[in-house]
Amino acid sequence: MDGRISPAVFLPENPVSSGKMRGRMGRLFAIVVTVIALASAVPIITHHWFWSDISFAPPEDISTHGHAIDDQLSDTMVEAGLSFLAAQILLGLFVWKSAERKSTDAIKTFPGGARIMVIAALVLVGTEILALGVLGQKAWANVYFKPAAPDALQIQTQAGQFAFYFRYPGADGKFGTPHPDKIDEGNSNFFGLDPANDVESRDDIVTGELAIPVDREVHLMMHSKDVGHSFYVRELRIQQDFVPGLDLSVHFTATKVGKYEIVCTQLCGLGHYNMKAYLNVLSQADFDAWMKQKASEQ
Amino acid sequence: MATVVQPPELGHQDPPPEKQHSGGAGFGNFVPSGGTLKALDDSSQEATRTGIWVGLAAITMSFAAFTSALLVRQTTGTDWRHLTVPPIVFLNTVVLLASSVALEIARRRVAAFARKQRVDRAVPLRWLAATLALGLLFVAGQYAAWAKLRAEGLYLASNPNSSFFYVLTAVHALHVLGGLGGLLRVVAKLRAPVFCLRRSTMDATAYYWHFMGILWLYILFVMWIKL
Amino acid sequence: MSETSVSAVQHHAPPTSFIRKHVFSLDHKVIGKQYYALALVAVFIGMVLSWLMRIHLVWPNVPIPGLSLLSKSGAPGGVMTPEYYLSLLTMHGTLMVFFVLTNAPFAAFGNYFLPIQIGAEDMAFPRFNMMSFWITFVAFCILIAAFFVPDGPPISGWTAYATLSAVGSDSGPGEGLGQTLWALSIFVFCIASLLGALNFIATTLDLRTKGMTLSRMPICTWAWFITSCIALLAFAVLMPACLLLILDRVAGTSFFIPAGLVISDHLQPHSGGSPLLWQHLFWFFGHPEVYIAILPAMGIVSHILINSMRRPLLSHKVIIYCMMGIGFLSYMVWGHHMFVSGMNPFSSLVFSFPTLMITIPATIMTLIWLGSIYGSKLRITAASLFALGFLSMFVSGGVSGFFLAQPSIDIYLHATYFVVGHFHMVMGVAAIFGVFAGTYFWFPKMTGHMMNDSLGRLHFWLTFIGTYCIFMPFHYLGLAGNVRRYSAFVDDFLVPLIPVHRFITFAALFTGAAQLIFLYNLIQSRFRGAPAPANPWECTSLEWTMPSPPPFDNFGGKHPVVYHDPYQYGVKSSTGDYLMQDSPEEAGA
Repeated sequence: MDGRISPAVFLPENPVSSGKMRGRMGRLFAIVVTVIALASAVPIITHHWFWSDISFAPPEDISTHGHAIDDQLSDTMVEAGLSFLAAQILLGLFVWKSAERKSTDAIKTFPGGARIMVIAALVLVGTEILALGVLGQKAWANVYFKPAAPDALQIQTQAGQFAFYFRYPGADGKFGTPHPDKIDEGNSNFFGLDPANDVESRDDIVTGELAIPVDREVHLMMHSKDVGHSFYVRELRIQQDFVPGLDLSVHFTATKVGKYEIVCTQLCGLGHYNMKAYLNVLSQADFDAWMKQKASEQ
Repeated sequence: MATVVQPPELGHQDPPPEKQHSGGAGFGNFVPSGGTLKALDDSSQEATRTGIWVGLAAITMSFAAFTSALLVRQTTGTDWRHLTVPPIVFLNTVVLLASSVALEIARRRVAAFARKQRVDRAVPLRWLAATLALGLLFVAGQYAAWAKLRAEGLYLASNPNSSFFYVLTAVHALHVLGGLGGLLRVVAKLRAPVFCLRRSTMDATAYYWHFMGILWLYILFVMWIKL
Repeated sequence: MSETSVSAVQHHAPPTSFIRKHVFSLDHKVIGKQYYALALVAVFIGMVLSWLMRIHLVWPNVPIPGLSLLSKSGAPGGVMTPEYYLSLLTMHGTLMVFFVLTNAPFAAFGNYFLPIQIGAEDMAFPRFNMMSFWITFVAFCILIAAFFVPDGPPISGWTAYATLSAVGSDSGPGEGLGQTLWALSIFVFCIASLLGALNFIATTLDLRTKGMTLSRMPICTWAWFITSCIALLAFAVLMPACLLLILDRVAGTSFFIPAGLVISDHLQPHSGGSPLLWQHLFWFFGHPEVYIAILPAMGIVSHILINSMRRPLLSHKVIIYCMMGIGFLSYMVWGHHMFVSGMNPFSSLVFSFPTLMITIPATIMTLIWLGSIYGSKLRITAASLFALGFLSMFVSGGVSGFFLAQPSIDIYLHATYFVVGHFHMVMGVAAIFGVFAGTYFWFPKMTGHMMNDSLGRLHFWLTFIGTYCIFMPFHYLGLAGNVRRYSAFVDDFLVPLIPVHRFITFAALFTGAAQLIFLYNLIQSRFRGAPAPANPWECTSLEWTMPSPPPFDNFGGKHPVVYHDPYQYGVKSSTGDYLMQDSPEEAGA
């Protein structure tokens, strides 16, 4: 009457509160949420962005341990995807129905009330956790709890702003001692080696790309020169941070010849986006040839 | 018509007297099961008491963080060099504990004063002054400990042991200075022309001060066995 | 008419001067509004930063008009440098997490409504309350100052990992004074948060009015209380961490910096420190922090949903126990940010179990919310739409967390856009939806004016669809291995993904523009909105018993008496289908 909104905002004369408008909005919510949920699922199922050939699928796994991770990922995707779709659609459905109910209708309680929800959550989530937790433990153990084979190919890698360098022990099979104070990038002494005084470092082979033989376990020892970095090769299903001051390592076996990108995933400064190297998986013969060539270039 | 509500007298153990209220049935009918009348008392009494424990919990957590930093740091480098705690620190400890004793005496004298027993205002003031003096002496003594370390060439960044020594003692000393500020506030309220020192304020300040002593004993222990 | 009872000692007399009324006010309502205003400024700055970032990602060489005015070195000729991208990224995260998500749902609404909802006339310690806001403001100023120092803001992200953040300007532009200001700002912010948490806890425990038992407190009050308990312990750990970081930077200590580092051709004079120590300290705070961000939103949404559905939730107690459970578990999971960090891999497995377990109370809550909608009589307003939107977003964000909780999957997804999608959905959208819902719901009470509900609903639809368009694709990018915190996409496998980023950027700009509707609505309604009655939503909690806006001393010097639990809906009473908490009337069948 005087422009004031009466406390009973929801009397029939208020357009928002009238059954039709409420019902319409509830329906709209249900439709929007369902469309969004289904649309969100499409790229997951097709592995592609809508109407394009942009692929979202993780690249082909070229490691010996990666299939466990991929299985875990797809299992989780199914369970999470179903939960996601169910929850969103139920939300839409309940909102639709509820917004249509008249203010004179009686309140109904979901059969089983809170108890059934607690039990459902415990059972559904509990079993998921158990299943995935147990599976996941194996996948994780494959990567981290198995020590590197004693005859694995030993390679060192150093990450520094903003490049990866790799070092092979050379003919003597031993790595020379690195000296941080002797690092001289201008003269390509990335590891700070001292060949004049250190015999073992004389035959060390330093490169900017990581070449490895296929089907041979590699033990990659990781050292950071300055700040935190990370070693990430999608196809190998490997990701491990470099931590300054810590001697870390990863070990893996590549199963397919090819060239793959190693990218840094730990924010390391302005060149972080550009910090990368190539992993070159070669046949044993090609690898031997590559090593000979690199040795001669040192 | 403003009702001047007197602050509850210190040491007064009885519940507040029945108050008048308008209309309705007796007071008791509206106490629901499980409900309390706590909130009707001078709210600042209880809130101050809760507040001080909450604050001490936060301080405890901070020093737990420092402790875990110390424990981790000891394992990550090869530069852990045993640090001899300057002997004056033990004297400072005695001084700080003595200040807590002085404060406890002061607290009881304040309560007696408030109960209008035969205690002159000067008596608790004297003991509070003693607490303040001893507290200041403690901080000065800590400064002397730092001077001793400096004379030995041990500065903040000399090695991790000295770093932790300075950080732990300095952060503790800063909190002690805060406690001194609280004590000054108590003194001001005690000395005010109209007595306005609430028991909860006195107690909270005292708990904080005693906690500084207990915390110091803990820090000393950690430094003694770890640094 | 409620019982009058003893009036407690007045904390403070009504203020008279402008300064005392609106600037240095002891009134929790004014302080709540001040926090809200600060959060509004921070979210606007943070949002603009995100636009700049998104534009740079897809049009890296296009000059952005005006950007060179903000930073000549960071954006010469308006073209953003890689380091400036990282500076904006750092400031975006810091502003949003600290100054928006801790301030708005918790400090702003909590300060305003917690005392009222428990029937108190103010917080337990009004002077501490005033101090906590102004100290937050000082922290904000220190942070913003980082934009204007010569080297610019820090580039280490809101997580400020050592050694990038600890060694000083050798590690990059912005790592000089900018990073020190950042650490100082957060240190100061911690002080303010601790004071605030202390106030909330003491107030909740001690200032409840007659009849207001703990179980009769509204769910949002419970959420603020649990959040303040979490905040007390979490910020108490961040403070020492920031102090140690500052010492490493300016005093030459080596808490986080090991020996033998060569940065910018300088051999660093530190030794023995541990970068992982920073990560542990930071995430011990950082994980509870994200629950500090979401719990108040859960409480606000529950409160609004109940009111909109005209029925209580399936179980009041279970929801509260779940919130407590989440709060408790939040302290056990911090290592899930560090699965591949180089910490003991056995620890990673250990941390993954409580991380997965936290899904249980979160799922129970979601099922209870959903199950409560069934059979209810939902009213659709802007507030209830945002509350429903919260449910949708919380499900989406929570589900992606389930992937990241498993260390083996995290090997592939760590530091990709999958993580960025996850935390933006739960924090950047769900928690913000809680703030929007709270705003539309409580604006009438706080200002005495109604907001324009049609505009509010439009704001909802555009934002709901817009944020899904922005953040759902992040998950797909993550599955493709798209690394995060990159200022440009130059790697072979990233270049094909740029068209998706372009779509996201358009969605972000569009959704950002839609927020102007909200801003317009806020301002216009504040001055020209229809006058608000005391209880426009027919809500039962105590704030709706007082005029809009409430008087200075809330309950007019009287203590209300509470007779019911806070959610007497679906009952027959003289007021309709609900009973106010302070009404002595008994509900009809």
